[in-house]
Amino acid sequence: MSDALWTLSATALAARVRSGAVAPEAAVESGWEGPAARWESDVRAMVAVDPVARAAGAKAAAGGPLQGVPVVVKDNLCTTDYTTTCASKILAGYRSPYDATVIRRLRAAGAVVTGKGNMDEFAMGSSTEYSAYGPTRNPFDLARVPGGSSGGPAAAVAYGLAPIGLGSDTGGSVRQPAAFCGVLGLKPTYGRLSRYGLVAFGSSLDQVGIFARHVGDVALIYAVLAGPDDCDATTRRAPAPDVSGWAQGVKGLRFGWPANLWQAGVDAELVEGLEEAAAWLEAAGAERVRFDFMPGEYAVATYYLVATAEASSNLARFDGVRYGFRHADSPDVRALYTRTRSAGFGPEVKRRILLGTYALSAGYYDAYYLTAQRARTRIRREHEEAFRRCDFMILPVSPTLPFRLGEKTEDPLAMYLSDIFTIGANLAGIPGLTVPVGLTAAGLPRAVQLLGPEDAEPTLLRAARALEVHGDVARLDGRHETEFAWPTKR
Amino acid sequence: MSISRDDVNRIAELARLEIPEADADLLAGQLSQVLDFAATLNRLDLEGCEPTAFAPADAPLRDDAPDGRRLTPERALEGAPEGEDGFFLVPPVVENLAP
Repeated sequence: MSDALWTLSATALAARVRSGAVAPEAAVESGWEGPAARWESDVRAMVAVDPVARAAGAKAAAGGPLQGVPVVVKDNLCTTDYTTTCASKILAGYRSPYDATVIRRLRAAGAVVTGKGNMDEFAMGSSTEYSAYGPTRNPFDLARVPGGSSGGPAAAVAYGLAPIGLGSDTGGSVRQPAAFCGVLGLKPTYGRLSRYGLVAFGSSLDQVGIFARHVGDVALIYAVLAGPDDCDATTRRAPAPDVSGWAQGVKGLRFGWPANLWQAGVDAELVEGLEEAAAWLEAAGAERVRFDFMPGEYAVATYYLVATAEASSNLARFDGVRYGFRHADSPDVRALYTRTRSAGFGPEVKRRILLGTYALSAGYYDAYYLTAQRARTRIRREHEEAFRRCDFMILPVSPTLPFRLGEKTEDPLAMYLSDIFTIGANLAGIPGLTVPVGLTAAGLPRAVQLLGPEDAEPTLLRAARALEVHGDVARLDGRHETEFAWPTKR
Repeated sequence: MSISRDDVNRIAELARLEIPEADADLLAGQLSQVLDFAATLNRLDLEGCEPTAFAPADAPLRDDAPDGRRLTPERALEGAPEGEDGFFLVPPVVENLAP
């Protein structure tokens, strides 16, 4: 087993730093000396990199459970030491005057921001192709997308640039790229992680999410980040659930198996992965409960009305006055707004602003937005009903394996439908966790999604650990150098 | 199609966006496709379903007192395209009327 620092978990790397065996500077730099040194120019996971900033960060690293651990942060989380642009021209060069609460908490625990990860502009997309910086590529196959919208951090964690990353998940933007890149991706319960300093997209749906290659690291980061924040009124006051029992096994847990969801339209190798994962959970002592569940089409339809309506409102603040880009030549303030926004936003962001504006406009509000808000109640009830019969559900993350660059950019609805299994959790406010379950015959990552009721993070982590122990989890551990030989060019 | 080219131009104006002539038809088609798909919701029984807006039930109100966090005008203006004397600078909002 390789002992290179960049293959270690965050937990193991921090332990070496704390013991004095490794300097924090060396721990942070290790990520840049692994596959990233050769492949970052092709993968392009990162949009802001600054050796001086990360050396300063390493030097100042606090003592704590993450001392000296590098973390890749999605470019929509505010950081004082790097630009925060949401991969949009409209925020070109913008530097936040404050750190997001999750960044402050990571730094207080000793972590060091090693750079900002690429994303779909304003987190709107499922492939990281809608980035003003250009696309990120999947480290397992450079012809394919890493998923999105948090594709940069997912790819970076997958190929060892950092053991952990932060993203945001409004409709699957952490869980889907985690699946495409073969890493773990947690979307916590709505209100558990502060969103202060996360640039808002759909405020009733957005959650900060966690990428890692080891279940224990997800639990550790969750414990560091979760909890109330006076700067975010949507954080819950009650203490976050205790996830320290993540390794205690799944004996006696019941997992839902809504097989009607993958009768059609789901890749056969992903269905195989689901069946293997279910068998591993049963072997570890969990009980399978079979039932039918509401088809995901309703969630997609609801989501693309609710999320776009909220986005059209949230993105009204980008007008060329307070931050970022301003169109140079405007005779009056109205022209300034229109010209700045028209030149600053990319095509997918404009499409969603238009859709949301339409859904909220006079005469259409009841038919679209209000109907979607009511459908959301129905969707929440369906989830509550399911979780009366089981402790968690297992289902696909995405209906497809990582698709090729350009495959879906011309067909917005096809892109939206790739979120069909992830959107429900955001609408219901519940936690979801992507767990890798080995590779396909062609060497692409397979994954399953675990969904639980509110505050079921401890349960989801226990189940993920059971899969990690039993399964062929595609993570570094030094194996890939010989077995996977990636990134590969096809 | 549920959205026409004129609809696109009307909502673009509301959203302060300018849509190039050449793109209006394409956008009308794409937006219609999504809205037609959204009509799926009409098949769902929503009897007794109140709208969910999603604010946590226990959302607290803090004391209405300063909490010590403060962004100075200089710091707040650092990211602004144009500023002067501690203010954001914009082109004319209303026309100057002769006295």
